[in-house]
Amino acid sequence: MIKLYDFDLSGNCYKVRLLLGILGLEFERKNVDFFPGFKHRAAEFLAVNPLGQLPVLEDGDLSLRDSHAILVYLASKYDGSGRWYPTGDAALLGEIQQWLSLAEGLTATASAARLAEGMDFDFDAEAARKGAYRLFDVLDEHLWFREREGSDWICAPAHPTIADLACFPYVMLSEEGGVSREDYPAIRRWTDRVKRIPGFSVMPGIFPAQLGS
Amino acid sequence: MNTMTQPDPFMLNQWYPIASLQEILPGQPRATKLFGQRISYERNVAGALQVSDGSRALPVLEQYGCLWTSLGEPDELFDVPEYAEPDRRNVNAGSVGVQVSAQRGIENFLDMGHFPYVHTGILGALPHTEVKEYNVEMIRDGREIIATECLFYQPMASTVSTSGADVEYIYRVPHPTCSVLYKSSPMDEKRLDAIALFGQPTGEETFRGHMVLSILDDVNTDDFISYFQLHIFGQDKPILENQMPKRLPLDPRAETPIRADKTSIMYRRWLTGHGVTYGTIPAAA
Repeated sequence: MIKLYDFDLSGNCYKVRLLLGILGLEFERKNVDFFPGFKHRAAEFLAVNPLGQLPVLEDGDLSLRDSHAILVYLASKYDGSGRWYPTGDAALLGEIQQWLSLAEGLTATASAARLAEGMDFDFDAEAARKGAYRLFDVLDEHLWFREREGSDWICAPAHPTIADLACFPYVMLSEEGGVSREDYPAIRRWTDRVKRIPGFSVMPGIFPAQLGS
Repeated sequence: MNTMTQPDPFMLNQWYPIASLQEILPGQPRATKLFGQRISYERNVAGALQVSDGSRALPVLEQYGCLWTSLGEPDELFDVPEYAEPDRRNVNAGSVGVQVSAQRGIENFLDMGHFPYVHTGILGALPHTEVKEYNVEMIRDGREIIATECLFYQPMASTVSTSGADVEYIYRVPHPTCSVLYKSSPMDEKRLDAIALFGQPTGEETFRGHMVLSILDDVNTDDFISYFQLHIFGQDKPILENQMPKRLPLDPRAETPIRADKTSIMYRRWLTGHGVTYGTIPAAA
């Protein structure tokens, strides 16, 4: 069975759980106590990933670190529809990669602010927030134009891709780092649409589209 | 937000948790905040804990897996006798920063009404939303609030639960920013698990919640017990951080309570009675 080295409150782990759930894949969660235990820096986990970063996915003999690498792999291997990562469409793949890189930026900014405020990590929260707002500006404007063109998603016209899943977690958790989404209506509409993707799952800090469901 | 507002005497003269003891490594000084004031602490190579506000040494107490200190002159810290029972698992589940006043955090901790909506499938489930009648009183000459006979249907009450059950809760508030809840143990029907939220007011509108558990669980690892508690608290966090105003209003007309809020009503009245202003919006005289 697919095994995920996972931390419940990590947005990067969550994006992998999201896709696994959407694709209906069974997987085993191996909890790595990132906080408060800092077990991602312990020898046992460094043997799995010398970078000490979560998540890591194991599938048969394959061991993959980096959440976006994992999304690329899972979608390419297990999505029969070929829509989450359309390997035959060069332009679209380029676009997806562009937004995966923006999602990396969200990890460095919105997520860093959240770790500083919530878990006392020694990051410059103010600088991280500033960086997050710059990325939110770009994403919100992009989504607004996509809506004008009749599209609900970051890249493909008719179907979400792994770019949506990659950007979603740290956008949705941003308030924990003091990054407000109040001024980003297109982002807010898009996050509501992501929550309605069949197979969508939640994590602590992110609620379903319908409370109590 | 003015983080340097001076605390009122009742708040000032309390012990506050500032760190989980397991995180303090010998010879590695660390810093945190209390009432907006920078506080440094260190376990020296001889093993002694030292706390300072930069100009003077502050009192030190090691209790319930936490380091406690005070900027005032505190009395004895409240007792949680269960913590000393030898067969319990005492776990520091994590210290989490929250962007709202500590009293808002405590009030949320005391509330059962949100379980089915916020902790769906774990501490509550629709349609089981009713908070049944329970009892609230002051004990120990008004030094502590206690709520008893609280019953709530929970699908997965603890780390060792295997099915849903009506769970009995007792809540204690022995401190303006600390609360201990007791709930029936799935392992032993005669005993209760204790789960504490110890609030460190870092500012008027921010706190760190130190979560300490003293429970009966001979199955799970500390990592999993911590995971479970952080999962629950992670669900509370966005709700707490979206509360407006961020300080707790003490005027009974400011936020309309319902019957299920009896404990909260008593808590707000108790804070008012002690003249608490820090982290609150006091009622106009």
